[in-house]
Amino acid sequence: MKLLKLVPDDTNIHFLKWRLPFFIVSGLLMIASWALVFTHGLNMGVDFVGGQMIRVTFTQSATAPVAQLREEIAKLGYGEPIIQTFGAENAVSVRLRLPEGSDKNAGLADAMAKKVSAAIRAAHQDARVDGVDSVSGKVSKELGWTAFQALGLASIAISIYIWYRFEWQFGIGALFALVHDVSLTMGLFAVTQMEFDLTIVAAILTIIGYSLNDTIVVYDRIRENLKKFRKMPLPELLDLSVNETLSRTVMTSGMMLITLVALLLFGPKVIFGFTAAITLGIFVGTYSSVYMSAPILVWLRVTSGSFVPTETALERQERLAREGALP
Amino acid sequence: MLDFPRWKQVFYWLITALICCAALPSLVSVAGYNWPASLPNPKINLGLDLAGGSHLLLEASADQVVAQRLEAKEEELRNAFKKAGNVQFGDISNRGGVISFIVGNTAQVDAVRDIVDKQETGSQRNWTFAVQDTTRIVLTPTKESANEAVSRAMETAIEVVRKRIDALGTREPTIIRQGADRIVVQVPGLKDPSSLKALLGQTAKLEFKLVDELASATDIAQGIAPPGDEIVPYAEAGMPPIAVKRLGGIKGDRLTDAKQGYNQNNIPVVNISFDTQGGEQFARLTTENTGKRFAIILDGKVLSAPTINTPIIGGSAEISGSFTVESANQLAISLRSGALPVDLKVVEERTVGPDLGADSINKGMIAMGVGTGLVVLFMALVYGRFGLYANAALVINVLMILGVMSVMSTTLTLPGIAGFVLTIGAAVDANVLINERIREERKRGRRVFQSVELGYKEASRAIFDANITNVIAAALMFAFGSGPIKGFAVVLVIGIVTSVFTAVTMTRMWVAGWLRRTRPNDINI
Repeated sequence: MKLLKLVPDDTNIHFLKWRLPFFIVSGLLMIASWALVFTHGLNMGVDFVGGQMIRVTFTQSATAPVAQLREEIAKLGYGEPIIQTFGAENAVSVRLRLPEGSDKNAGLADAMAKKVSAAIRAAHQDARVDGVDSVSGKVSKELGWTAFQALGLASIAISIYIWYRFEWQFGIGALFALVHDVSLTMGLFAVTQMEFDLTIVAAILTIIGYSLNDTIVVYDRIRENLKKFRKMPLPELLDLSVNETLSRTVMTSGMMLITLVALLLFGPKVIFGFTAAITLGIFVGTYSSVYMSAPILVWLRVTSGSFVPTETALERQERLAREGALP
Repeated sequence: MLDFPRWKQVFYWLITALICCAALPSLVSVAGYNWPASLPNPKINLGLDLAGGSHLLLEASADQVVAQRLEAKEEELRNAFKKAGNVQFGDISNRGGVISFIVGNTAQVDAVRDIVDKQETGSQRNWTFAVQDTTRIVLTPTKESANEAVSRAMETAIEVVRKRIDALGTREPTIIRQGADRIVVQVPGLKDPSSLKALLGQTAKLEFKLVDELASATDIAQGIAPPGDEIVPYAEAGMPPIAVKRLGGIKGDRLTDAKQGYNQNNIPVVNISFDTQGGEQFARLTTENTGKRFAIILDGKVLSAPTINTPIIGGSAEISGSFTVESANQLAISLRSGALPVDLKVVEERTVGPDLGADSINKGMIAMGVGTGLVVLFMALVYGRFGLYANAALVINVLMILGVMSVMSTTLTLPGIAGFVLTIGAAVDANVLINERIREERKRGRRVFQSVELGYKEASRAIFDANITNVIAAALMFAFGSGPIKGFAVVLVIGIVTSVFTAVTMTRMWVAGWLRRTRPNDINI
């Protein structure tokens, strides 16, 4: 049986030729992402800003009556709700600030949840209240801080590990790719205004892990080739390494995308944002391991000497003797 | 690399079989059958987001514990000074986190020091003793003792919370302490947590205190308490506060039972019974004060202030207030389970309806089925026989993840399912790396055995590094993350370990066995 080959055998794409334009585009995308995050802001869920979120599914309708809901809930006097569909068109999350004084009297938040749920049920026969989340301001601040810590520490710890296993240039390259991936994911959330909650932090950590996985595979091959082809110019050597690992990159990314698209299409709607984030992350992560982490090695001047042990005095003598013997 | 002695093969298969067996009970119950009760039953717990239920995060006020401790110490000192008889003290206060008072002269400072030292019974000091301006004594609680007091209060609080939730009759609640001053309560299957919250929000500190009938109503209205009195508001709205005697009352911690009942007018009340000592105290109070009124105070609010018509000596009494059957029942539960040593406040609450959870499980399963099916198909198409080995490893990997989760009785949450699906995608990466490498080595003209050997050897380095970085990320998620992040990290770590075992070790064993049996000159990869 003839086996399927996703990448032809003698593929030789000159990836590194375009490193500068791609690098500039990536840089611009990163800047644009952060600019969007700061101007548009992220649509923070109750996990990070506190408040109450009520999830409702309209079991008999194809689409949720969002505008109507907004009006009905605003009438209750708890302020303007944020209403968004998530995953499916007929499922919404309704977010409200916790009522004044609810940090002292927990009953107030409870009463609000009851009143809002009752109002929705009264107006819509098919409304099914799927869940209520209430997070106080204090806890949400802590959740935000610990999430930030987890992200920061994970990035640093991983970079240190790569530095230890490879060389400092590789550590910086990996860190750079990682910042790139996280930035673009944040950009996605700023553009789409999908809800940014705790699970998205888990998604970003996954992207970091995956993107590094990719980077490491390429780096591992670069390290191997650096030892093998001592005289080859670096851009050429990087191209060779990327091309040699290309079929693996395509295959693995493809497999990941298959499982993720299955999750997006058939999976639970509650984790739609989570899956969407990782799906983007796979693209960005694959791209960044080719166009971010590899070219940086050129600019940081990695040499084959980085992986060859320093000569001992005896070896030096022997080498000189050998070279002297040559014409 | 390709050498597998018999004992090693047996050992690997044994481990695999054992761990996969542990997944059986979970699989059987998902398929809708009952697992025989006589067999061991390790099972994966479903998180609240899948099973439906309520999650509450309660926070205790540490300041309150400190304040209570200062009050108790002041009381202890007052009694000790009275007993010693040789100390005149004044201007005593317990504000600002310290107890501060003035004694008559410097000689008394030493007497006080002796008394304080005698009260220190533990191995480490609870209070530091300082003298200011020769006659002012300041007692400051040491940090260790303060922490210990909070810790003790939390332990008691957890016990009380457990008793109260058990009284509600809900099944399998999880009650764990989090950090210094928080308690996580998770009750699966609970749809409406409001009655639970009402129950936990009640400190249930019950007191009986005599009403000061001589206090003037205008003073009370202005909030001026006559000496020796305190002003207590009514629980019921619209009732004016009353003044009660600060000392000489009875605390409600001497109860043996509390039940909801009805009085002669068929109005809900709570019937309480005291233990022997409490019964005697109550009998004395009611005998000495017949004809007067005493206030029943719950958590600093007056429930009712009935007149003592006849001495109550039977050791049981009836608490009236404006109760409904439900609120009387709640109070009875709270009193039975004892008072909380400290107020608890709900700072985070998550409730998931059962429909959403069931929906999530179904959809998660479908996604997993579709994803796995497609991956398996692709692997077979691209790598042939080597793809089939990878697929077998994948199936075993899934079973092993379930098995390890069952044995560790991990909780599977929704992000956990996502982690599961993702692990499947990532697990094949190891095989992709290996198989691609074998292809490459074959292309370079190496012989079959050597190519396979090199494929495993060269790919292992990258597989190792990549998985270590993922473990680092997952470990930090677990350490710092909360709720959903933790659930995800657990599955990820388990998946990384099992996938390296199945995708690298097991497939190598199978490939080696096949190569040795058939000794092919060429392989289709």
